Amino acid sequence: MITLVRRPTPSKLWTYATPIVAVIATMIAGGILFAVLGKHPVEAIRVIFWDPLFGANAGYFRGQLLVKAGPLILIAAGLAIGFRAGIWNIGAEGQYIMGALFSAWLALKIYPAESHWLFPTMIVLGALGGLLWALIPALLKVLFGTSEILVSLMLVYVAENLLAYMSFGPLKNPEGYGFPGSRNLQDYPSAYNAELFAGTGIHWGVVTALVAVIATYILMHRHITGFRIRVAGEAPRAARFAGVIPARLVIFCLGLGGAFAGLAGMFEVSGPAGQVTDSFNVGYGFTAIIVAFLGRLHPIGILLAGLLMALTYIGGDMAQLVLGLPSAAIQVFQGMLLFFLLAFDVLTNFRIRFGRAGA
Amino acid sequence: MIVGGIDIVSLTATLMGASTPVLLAATGELVAEKSGVLNLGVEGMMIMGAVAGFAAAVATGNPVMGFAMGAVAGALMATLFAFLTQKLLSNQVATGLALTLFGLGLSALIGKGYEGVRPPPTAKLDFGPLSDIPVLGRILFSHDWVVYLSLLLVAVVWYVLRSTRAGLILRAVGESHDAAHALGYRVVTVRFAALAFGGALAGLGGAYLSLVRVPQWTEGMTAGAGWIALAIVVFASWRPWRVLLGAYLFGGITALQLQLQAAGYAIPVHILSMAPYLITIIVLVILSAIHRHGVQAAPASLGKSFHASS
Repeated sequence: MITLVRRPTPSKLWTYATPIVAVIATMIAGGILFAVLGKHPVEAIRVIFWDPLFGANAGYFRGQLLVKAGPLILIAAGLAIGFRAGIWNIGAEGQYIMGALFSAWLALKIYPAESHWLFPTMIVLGALGGLLWALIPALLKVLFGTSEILVSLMLVYVAENLLAYMSFGPLKNPEGYGFPGSRNLQDYPSAYNAELFAGTGIHWGVVTALVAVIATYILMHRHITGFRIRVAGEAPRAARFAGVIPARLVIFCLGLGGAFAGLAGMFEVSGPAGQVTDSFNVGYGFTAIIVAFLGRLHPIGILLAGLLMALTYIGGDMAQLVLGLPSAAIQVFQGMLLFFLLAFDVLTNFRIRFGRAGA
Repeated sequence: MIVGGIDIVSLTATLMGASTPVLLAATGELVAEKSGVLNLGVEGMMIMGAVAGFAAAVATGNPVMGFAMGAVAGALMATLFAFLTQKLLSNQVATGLALTLFGLGLSALIGKGYEGVRPPPTAKLDFGPLSDIPVLGRILFSHDWVVYLSLLLVAVVWYVLRSTRAGLILRAVGESHDAAHALGYRVVTVRFAALAFGGALAGLGGAYLSLVRVPQWTEGMTAGAGWIALAIVVFASWRPWRVLLGAYLFGGITALQLQLQAAGYAIPVHILSMAPYLITIIVLVILSAIHRHGVQAAPASLGKSFHASS
């Protein structure tokens, strides 16, 4: 008989160890999955986790790593703050789309005029788009007590339909020979979010993600607001006595998460993606939820988790090319990672005891 | 009866079919939530039901086998969720999200070979002369067996929750797991059972999507139906008959939206497709505004972890 005994305080050791144990367990389970799919498990794991970093052509892939990690880290850094406070914004995917639409709309409207002001204005609009989209669930929660989980998620589907409408309709490239999708912003110097150092994959979005990590670290661990957020999540009643106003917290957490997600969408549409198309969003908003948990809702952890998750994307693409591994296998892999993480987390708060419990 | 290019009778008839997947999923989730567990993985369980049901129906040529497998797949996913949240005491919100993300990925992987395949057809029940009754015949007696099963399940869930000992225990566990535990009821076992039942219904709903509604397999085909099912449970204030009302309201909007597209109105397809989600939000807002200062409708222990020694 195995029983769980609650620890008086969460284990420090396991707080840091669970993500690592979860990654190892996922690699083992993933290896079994790949073997079932008829691939050599060790080779598949090597192709996904080793080759993009140290194999042939690694130089190219290392750049791609930052391109993928940038939006994941940026979105996750914002989401984690809400999760800490028990505010569940799971609609980052929609906020990401709205940020992209807002900023691309401006660029496509004033095309082909060149201006130094365009790119900074697009950044502001990107953040604004995500912010406004996230304020919908925030205000409904504050005013009517509506579940922010369901509303933010529903709005993802609304945003996806709006994106499809825009790319087939108002924002369609007039010189695109009838193909869906907008003009390519990569061909528009004032709006193009270009690589800052050739071959590194570093663009303004990656820089912003790093700034966001530092800023959220200061906010959460060096500032009274962060303390309040953490108290609100762990002891809501105590937080209320300490003068935390729940409504403000909801608006702040959802708004910040939305603005970060909108920024990520803006940097993506003006850079690596280049175009507004109906397949522009690739699920970063959802994967960022995994990143936030894998990083233990801590900014530094999120930085590392974002890089790891980006690696699985790139390694997954590579495994698809080299081994013919279906792209969905990586999605399963990412899902398993979150499961293992949540499962092993029991060790942080509980001690496992064999034999019958005394109580 | 034609109003504005929309045939009201055929709209009402399609409404029942269109509502069935969310009705099944929402009824299942209602039972799970009544036991005090919030399973946000409905979307993941539905899509696994959709793909497993589709695969089994194609392999055996028998849609009934498909529905059975869909239910089994949904129940298995729910059991995984139950193990994590009830045995390992993981956070229910995060685990539910994990279930959805995992289910979407795994279903895409399993479904790879099934794209473009047609499933064996599910026949409509033969009611003989009843189907020939004008208007009513078409609305009430023109469906397949799963539609009637879903209605029966709502009635059974309503009766069991309201009037049986099992229902009473389930509700007790959902209202106060500590009190139920003190009385000697097995909180974790009850919750495992409720979750598995909920998963089975979600899987059945998913299978209905891929075998009857669409009918084919496409990646991510549930398109938020699982989340809408969750919203319907809230809308229904955790009452079975209101779940039926909510599901049919939602199904009606979906059917109307599709008919408006077919009727050639000048509203772009993508704008029309937003309707079900927008209406769901609006309904949620109205409901939460009403309940703001009234009685708390949700089970009191909903979403809280239970640990016997704590």
